[in-house]
Amino acid sequence: MRLTCPLCGERDRREFYYQGEAVALHRPAPDAGEDAWEAYLHLRENPAGLRRDLWHHEAGCGAWLVVTRNTSTHEVLDVVMAQDERAGA
Amino acid sequence: MDELTALTPAHGLLPVSVGALRLEEVDLGIMTSVAPFRDKQKPVSDALQSACGLAYPAPNQAVRADDTRIIWFGRDMALLCGIAPDPALASIAALTDQSDAWAGVVLQGVGSVDVLARLVPVDMRPAAMPVGATARTLLGHMSVSITADGPDRFIILVFRSMTETLVHEVREAMEAVTARKTR
Repeated sequence: MRLTCPLCGERDRREFYYQGEAVALHRPAPDAGEDAWEAYLHLRENPAGLRRDLWHHEAGCGAWLVVTRNTSTHEVLDVVMAQDERAGA
Repeated sequence: MDELTALTPAHGLLPVSVGALRLEEVDLGIMTSVAPFRDKQKPVSDALQSACGLAYPAPNQAVRADDTRIIWFGRDMALLCGIAPDPALASIAALTDQSDAWAGVVLQGVGSVDVLARLVPVDMRPAAMPVGATARTLLGHMSVSITADGPDRFIILVFRSMTETLVHEVREAMEAVTARKTR
């Protein structure tokens, strides 16, 4: 598996650390209520198909990345910097 | 009191020569990481340009003027080597002295690319890594910075505490590459 880091280019999977679903970028407001916080902390989708995950380019540039991939086909569709994703959100 | 003598990271380990390949220590001088504050990359680059004649490098690039180098070192970070930064730079960038934190070695000779191909998951051939290109990547299990410094010549920076492991790994690969060539 290879991921194309927006800074470093195409790199081997060994350089990356997998963090999980990209929910950390959308933290609820402190007063959002118990349901929103429970969902944020504990509830995760497990789709067969498209999903968006956070990966850390740990052994490369150190950037956090949002990777869109397909769990059915193993296709990697998109990689963007988490900082850009956050700025655009 | 005792006379204290500073030892280099690879003291007693290098140089090593195997066939046409050579691994030796390199002292890049004072090393400072320069991490521009948000939206300050342009002013930082201008300040570096006027101080040492080198601009802040683009990702995966290293620039050099004589003994002064600026090596791209990751997201929003570059490593200034050879001179101390102007203290005024601290108002627009985070400056951290890295001089004692990193060991520098040079791998050179025909076949250097073949040695790195055994250790590094990045294409180090000249087409992908021309002179002046740099990469943050892995060498074995170690995080390293590798810069193409000349034809068949690479500067490898590694955490100082891992110098002995680095020398061991690279020497084994040098021996393996040389053994295959001379058979």
